[in-house]
Amino acid sequence: MIELKSLTKRYGSFTAVDAIDLTVPKGELFGFLGPNGAGKTTTLRMIAGILRPSGGTVKIGDVDVSENPMAAKAILGYIPDRPFIYEKLTGAEFLRFVAGLYSQSGKDVEHRGRELLALFDLEEWRDELVESYSHGMRQKLIISSAFIHKPDVIVVDEPMVGLDPKAARILKDLFREYTRRGHTIMMSTHTLEVAETMCDRIGIIQGGKIRALGTMDELRSSSASGTEGLEQIFLKLTGENAAREFVDVLDA
Amino acid sequence: MNGPTFVHLLWPKWQSMRSRAVKTQTGATGRFALLGVLGLAFWGIIFAILYRLLVYFRGISEIGPLLAGKLLGLILISFFGMLLLSNVISSLSTFFLAKDLDLVVAGPVDWLRFYAAKLVETCAHSSWMVILMAVPLFTAYGVVYHGGPMFVFVVVSTFIPFLIVPTVIGSAITLILVNVFPARRTKDILSVIAVLSAGGVILLFRLMRPEQLARPEGFRSLIEFISVLKTPTSPYLPSEWVQTAVMSWLGDEPDALPLYLLWSTAAAFIVIGALIHRALYAKGFTKAQESGDRWVRQSIFSGIFSKLLSPLGLVRRELVMKEVRLFFRDTTQWSQLILLAVLVVVYIFNIKFLPMRGEGVTFFVANLIPFLNLVLAGFVLASIAARFIFPGVSLEGRTMWLLRSSPLSMRDLLWSKFWVGTIPLMFFALALVFTTGVLMKVTDFIMIVSVGTITMMTFAIAGLAVGFGTLFPRFDTENAAQIPTSFGGLLFMMSSIVLIGAVITLEARPVFSYLASKSFGTMRDPMEMWIGFGAAALLCITATIVPIRIAKKRLEALEL
Repeated sequence: MIELKSLTKRYGSFTAVDAIDLTVPKGELFGFLGPNGAGKTTTLRMIAGILRPSGGTVKIGDVDVSENPMAAKAILGYIPDRPFIYEKLTGAEFLRFVAGLYSQSGKDVEHRGRELLALFDLEEWRDELVESYSHGMRQKLIISSAFIHKPDVIVVDEPMVGLDPKAARILKDLFREYTRRGHTIMMSTHTLEVAETMCDRIGIIQGGKIRALGTMDELRSSSASGTEGLEQIFLKLTGENAAREFVDVLDA
Repeated sequence: MNGPTFVHLLWPKWQSMRSRAVKTQTGATGRFALLGVLGLAFWGIIFAILYRLLVYFRGISEIGPLLAGKLLGLILISFFGMLLLSNVISSLSTFFLAKDLDLVVAGPVDWLRFYAAKLVETCAHSSWMVILMAVPLFTAYGVVYHGGPMFVFVVVSTFIPFLIVPTVIGSAITLILVNVFPARRTKDILSVIAVLSAGGVILLFRLMRPEQLARPEGFRSLIEFISVLKTPTSPYLPSEWVQTAVMSWLGDEPDALPLYLLWSTAAAFIVIGALIHRALYAKGFTKAQESGDRWVRQSIFSGIFSKLLSPLGLVRRELVMKEVRLFFRDTTQWSQLILLAVLVVVYIFNIKFLPMRGEGVTFFVANLIPFLNLVLAGFVLASIAARFIFPGVSLEGRTMWLLRSSPLSMRDLLWSKFWVGTIPLMFFALALVFTTGVLMKVTDFIMIVSVGTITMMTFAIAGLAVGFGTLFPRFDTENAAQIPTSFGGLLFMMSSIVLIGAVITLEARPVFSYLASKSFGTMRDPMEMWIGFGAAALLCITATIVPIRIAKKRLEALEL
């Protein structure tokens, strides 16, 4: 459903994403991990059609994002890591506006909007301006907006940031049910426990290149980690366990 | 533990300002050079006008220095008003809404140092423009009245306390207001008050018809006139003290009392301000985190409006609805309309009093003036477009992720911005030109030319505004009011002026021929009409479409 071929993004002499090849099939929940600055957000923004690749291609379904952006975007929902929304619209108006961008309106959209807001406990806030929402509430609203037009593919950057435990649980269940129905989700996250328990496959990116790719079992075997959890595998693969001794740092 | 020093608290601001100044961007040098030239030209013009005026005053014995002093007093009192207002607005941001406050307030920062640092920041934010205007003002006074090198020190030592006093008063007013209302609501109230007071001052000034005050027969005798000039306008205001200190130095009778008054008042105000700050800031800061009731009920108008827009199609309708909602819910945006209404009243008022009939005013002149009126109307339109249409794309900045990741074409986005701005602008332009035309009793020909030209110019100006607004976006700004005064805004205004000039020049020939044929019975060449009006129309169509096309390409290639 998502197909990346030699996907590259360069900023001057710096290569943020370096010739990535990746396929996320229909119905899969794919976890995209990596240290800060590894190229996760850049990759997701290229998939969402916000950034133009310096090289390579992105396909959503069978549609090339660069060649036919309208058709590709019509089947995609994007949830960014920073929840910037129009401050002077209400929650309900925002959802209506987003549905409108995907040429959807009417009773179905209104009904779906109500259901989504109720799911995230935002029903009471639906007629209140977004400027009075907390960070977590904005995040919930943006997540709702990504589902309002029933996309085939959802690309989501750090969905758990700012969510309360209940909302985080709801989101996990929602993602699971969504992929069970044949839709595809590609999610970047730093919450390794979430990735470990939820994702069908995981990709670890570092320095713009994919360092490891596969199911949890495949990752364990490729990193010779026995029965270790994702945290250990992640640290082993990204070299983060070569960190300084705490004692040295704290005594410095 | 004493915590961070006052200088340490200001260091990030200073550092950010420095990095902005040295940031090397493509074309940055060119921009700075252009701004520098424009700034110098602005200084030069102010200096030249004041120099001529002061030289003239100096030549009048007895009342010359009095007039010069009065003029300085008037300018300084307007400075004081401007400073007070801008300090009230600035201190709301610096003390209550700035992003760094959470960090600083949470740190072990001494309250007095915090107050002093924020006071300096507020003062710098709200005073730089007045300082820039004061440079050519005092230079002119110093040059004409031979102030000597020491005059610089006199001016600086009087001007510093003059800037401090309104800063302390302004921030104290804000502090009290925030303790009463939530900060975001206070911002709304303040923007309306600011605009209303600006509008009120303009209207009052115009209704007073100051040109009549220049008539000498208004005063019974010269002595009465002199006594009026000698009376201090506002003896308890710092502006008067600055004026007395400066004029006494220039009159070779230096007076230290005003200087003493200025510094002691500033010092006393800082102490009082600090005490108020200590008593009220913590409570005010807590209250500033509230946003008040922000419930929005779906109005019946929203439904009707939505139905009216349905022929546009769903995507465009939603875009237009969003634009309209955002505009009317943002007080800082719509409150500008009040100022606009006042300016229009003043404009029409001036037209009404133009001597368009009577001796010496021929048919030719009576119709030529309304034609030239189009230049002024065009300029008004360009200013409105700079304020309302130009910032459109910049204001999308942080939400561009949504528009770019959705199947919305950038063409639709730009054209929706164009139409949302153009339609109200068109109504306004037509009303303005039609009303002034009726007031000036123009012929049908001039009325048709005026209405046609202003229609075309509205499209072109709106097209340029959307185009330049996209080519020079300010995605990082939080204050929409700063966008029109950016470099791109300046370029837009210049291009609009060139466009208006070009359209009027192209149409001048056929209009002149028509009026000449009516007045003097000369022959008219129909070809000349076609070429003149055709070229003007072509220019306007090009200025409408080309900038939006370029903007579309730019927006599609933009990496956020």
